[in-house]
Amino acid sequence: MEKEKNCKGSAAVAFILGLFLVVFALVTLYLFVDSRRYGWVPPAPITSFGHEIDRQFFRTYVIVGAIFVLCQIALGWVVFRFRDRGGRATYSHGNQTMEVLWTLATLVLFVGLGMYAEKAWAEVHFIGASPGALKIEVQGQQFKWYFRYAGPDGKFGRVAPEFVKDSAQNFFGLDPNDPAGKDDLVTPVTAVPVNREVELLIRSKDVTHSFFVRELRLKQDAVPGLEIHIHFTPTQVGTYEVACAELCGQGHHQMRSFLQVMSDEDYEKWLKEQAALLQ
Amino acid sequence: MASHESVVAHGHAAPTGWIRKYIFSLDHKVIGIQYFLLALFSVFVAIFLSLLMRIHLVWPNAKLPFIEGGVMTSEQYLALMTMHGTIMVFMVLTTAPQSGFGNYFLPIQIGAADMAFPTINMLSFWTTFLSLVVILAAFFVPGGAPISGWTAYAPLSALGQIAGPGQGLGQTLWVVGLAIFCGATLMGALNFITTVIDLRTRGMSLMRMPLTVWAWFVTAILGLLAFGVLLAACLLLLLDRVAGTSFFIPAGLVVSDVVQKQHAGGSPLLWQHLFWFFGHPEVYIAILPGMGVASHVLSTFSRKPVFGYRAMVYALCGIGFLGFCVWGHHMFISGMSPYSALAFSLLTMSIGVPSAIKTFNWLGTLWGGRIQFKSPMLFAIGFVSLFVTGGVSGLFLAQPSLDLMLHDTYYVVAHFHLIMGVAAIFGIFAATYFWFPKMFGRTMNEGLAKLHFWITFPGVYAIFMPMHFLGMLGHPRRYSSNENFAFLQPVHGVHVFITIVAFITIGAQLIFLFNFLWSLKWGKKAEINPWHATTLEWTVPSPPPHDNFEGHLPAIYRGPYEYSVPGMTEDYLPQHLTPEQVSKAK
Repeated sequence: MEKEKNCKGSAAVAFILGLFLVVFALVTLYLFVDSRRYGWVPPAPITSFGHEIDRQFFRTYVIVGAIFVLCQIALGWVVFRFRDRGGRATYSHGNQTMEVLWTLATLVLFVGLGMYAEKAWAEVHFIGASPGALKIEVQGQQFKWYFRYAGPDGKFGRVAPEFVKDSAQNFFGLDPNDPAGKDDLVTPVTAVPVNREVELLIRSKDVTHSFFVRELRLKQDAVPGLEIHIHFTPTQVGTYEVACAELCGQGHHQMRSFLQVMSDEDYEKWLKEQAALLQ
Repeated sequence: MASHESVVAHGHAAPTGWIRKYIFSLDHKVIGIQYFLLALFSVFVAIFLSLLMRIHLVWPNAKLPFIEGGVMTSEQYLALMTMHGTIMVFMVLTTAPQSGFGNYFLPIQIGAADMAFPTINMLSFWTTFLSLVVILAAFFVPGGAPISGWTAYAPLSALGQIAGPGQGLGQTLWVVGLAIFCGATLMGALNFITTVIDLRTRGMSLMRMPLTVWAWFVTAILGLLAFGVLLAACLLLLLDRVAGTSFFIPAGLVVSDVVQKQHAGGSPLLWQHLFWFFGHPEVYIAILPGMGVASHVLSTFSRKPVFGYRAMVYALCGIGFLGFCVWGHHMFISGMSPYSALAFSLLTMSIGVPSAIKTFNWLGTLWGGRIQFKSPMLFAIGFVSLFVTGGVSGLFLAQPSLDLMLHDTYYVVAHFHLIMGVAAIFGIFAATYFWFPKMFGRTMNEGLAKLHFWITFPGVYAIFMPMHFLGMLGHPRRYSSNENFAFLQPVHGVHVFITIVAFITIGAQLIFLFNFLWSLKWGKKAEINPWHATTLEWTVPSPPPHDNFEGHLPAIYRGPYEYSVPGMTEDYLPQHLTPEQVSKAK
C-alpha cells in the first residue's frame, strides 16, 4: 500500500539520517579527544600565560563539545523518533517555561565562559612589560621579518624612512649619523635568553603583517604607523618557527623566521657572533 | 497599517514584448528569478575558483586550465582566493537568499500584488548585474585580479600597484564594483522594508507573517544600515588609491625601497573598523533568510506549528541588533585596544543566546511532529546540524585569549564556511526544492534531489571538519603554499583528503544543476499546493499570474503555521480560509 511503502521508506531515511548525525557527532568527538595522536595539537606552551590559555581551551572544549554532541544527537534522535508513521502531529505552539529556562541557562553558560577567558587575555595585554625586560624591535615587511637589538649601549638608534635601503641591508632605515645606532644589531632571526622577560616592539614597514609563534601562544598584528608592545617570559630552550599571520601580498606564505630561546651563555655568544657578522 | 482590499495599489499592466517581460521586467517574480540565475552563475564560477585553489595546494606543479602560464603562481592563488570570497559573499549569499527568494515570495506571502517600488526593484537587479561585470573584469585587466582577500585590508589594498600584482587596476575595479553593489543593495533594502510595513493584506498582522518574511524584513534593515558604511569605506579607499588621500595610509611607509611620500596621517585600523562594522551584519544578512526558510520548511514537513513563533521573531531581531555590536571580534589581534576586546568578546558570546533559542525551537518544532523526508526537509534538517556545528566553533573564536592562537588560521576558515557558506547554501537548496514547483510550474526530480543531499551533506562535513584540526595546530590561512614551514609538513595528507572530498562534493552539485535545468523544461507539471502548506503562495497558480492574486487580494484569518489543528480533517489550515470555510471543512 502507498501509505505502508511511504512509512517504510520514511523509516529507512529517518534511520540513516539519525544514524549519520549520531555517528558524525561521536566521530568528531573522538577525533578531538584523541587529536594528540594525530598531531593536531599545537606544541606545548613555553610561557606562563600559554598554560592559562590552554586551560581555557580545555574548559571551552568540554562545554562546547558537550553542546555539540548533545545537539547533533538530539537532532538525530528527533528525526528518527518523529518520522511519519501515520497519526497526527502534536498541535503545540511552544512552551514558555522551557523558552525562559534554556535562554537563561545559555546566557549564564556563554557569558560565564567568556568571563573566564578574560584572565589569560588580561595576563597578556593588561599589564605592561617590567622596566628591565629585554627590548627587541620586530619589523615585518614584504616578505621577511627583521629584528633589531639596541646593542651594548642599550639605546636604539634613530630610524627614518629615507634611510631605508634593503639592497644595502639597511632594513630599518638606521640613521648613519646617530651614534646610538652604531652598535644596533639587525638580524633575520631572533634569539632570547631563557627565563628572562622579553618585550617585543612590533612594527611594519609597508603593509599589515602579523607576528605569530605557536609555542608562545602569541599573535600580534604588525600595523604600519603603530608600534605595538607585547611581552613574555620564555621558559623552555628551543628553536621555534615564526610565521606571518596576516595576508600581506604574494609572499605571505614565505615569511618564515625563528625565535631561538637559549641559555644566558649561548645568548651572549650569539650576540657576539651576530655583531661580528655585521662588521 | 495600510491595507488594500481588492484594489491593486501598484497596478502596472502585464507587460508585452520580450524585453519588457524578461529583461527589464518590473515584476518581482521575474526579478527574483533574475537574481537567482545571477547567483547560480556566480556560485559555479566561485566554486570552480576554489577547486583550482585546492588543486594547487596539494599539486602545486599541476598545469591548470584558465591559468596563464599553466602552473599557478602564488599571486594567482591569492587572486583566485580573493575573487572566490568576494563572489560567494556578495553575488551568491547576499543575492539568492534575500533578493532571489525574497523578491519572489515576500509580496505573495503577505498578500501583495508586487513590491512597493517595482521600478527601483528592476534597477536594483541591473545595478547588481553591472557590479558583477565590473568585479569580474578584474580578471581580464593587466595585473589581474586583486590579491588582498575579500576583506581588502589597507594599506595592501590602498597603496596601488606597488603593493603587489593585481593591486593596480584589478583592485580599483574591485572597489568600484563593490561600491556599485552597495547602491544596488540599498535600493533593494528600501523596497523590502517599505513593502513589509505598507503592503500587508487585510488580517496580515506582523505576528501572522511567515518567518521567511520576518527574516527578509530584518535582513533588509541590516542591509540598509550596513551597506551604507561599506559604500563609504569603498569611496574612501578609492580616493586613497586614485586621488592621493590618506584615510588608511600612515606616513613613512617604505614599499620595495620606495618611500611613500605622498601619504600621511591615515590609519589601517580605520579600514578594519569600517569594513567589519559592515562585515559582521553582512554575515547575518547571509544567514538570516536561511533561518527563515529553515523554520518555514521544518514546520511544513513536520506538520506542526513552529515551536515558539514569538521567540523566533524576537531571536531574529536580537541577532540583527547584536550583530551591529560585535564587529571588534574580527580585530582582537589588530592592535585595537585590548580593553575593547573585552566588551566585544562578551557581546559576541551573548549573540549565541538568540542563536541557541532558534536551535532549540527548531528541535522543538520537530519534536512531536510527523516528519516527511522530502528533499526540502532534508536540507532544512541539514541546515540545523550545520548551524550548530558552525555556531559552536564561534564560541572559541569569541574569546580573545583563544583567538590569539586561532586568528587567521584554518580554524576561522572552517568556522565561517560551515556557519555562513554551507548553512546558507543549504537554506538556498531547501528553498529551491521547496519553491521550484511554484516558481516554474514543474516539479524537480525527487530521486536526484535526495542523491544530491546524501553526497553533499557528508561531503561538506568531510571538507570542513578537518580544517578545525589544522587551525588548532596553528596552520595559517591564505597561504598559497605550505612548503615553507616545518610544522606544516605533517598535515599535507589532510590537505590531500580535503581536496579529494571537495572534488566529489563539488561534482555532486552538477546533479543539482542538471536537475534544475532539466526540470525547467521536462519536470512533471506541478499542482497548486503540492506540499499541502498553509501560506499564501500556495493559494495562487504555479506559476502565479503577473499580479499574483488576479486583482483579488486575499484576507487572512490566522497565523502561518496552523498544522495538525485538532478537530480538522486536513492536517493543514491555510491562512486565507474564512471561519465559515473552516467550519465546513471540519
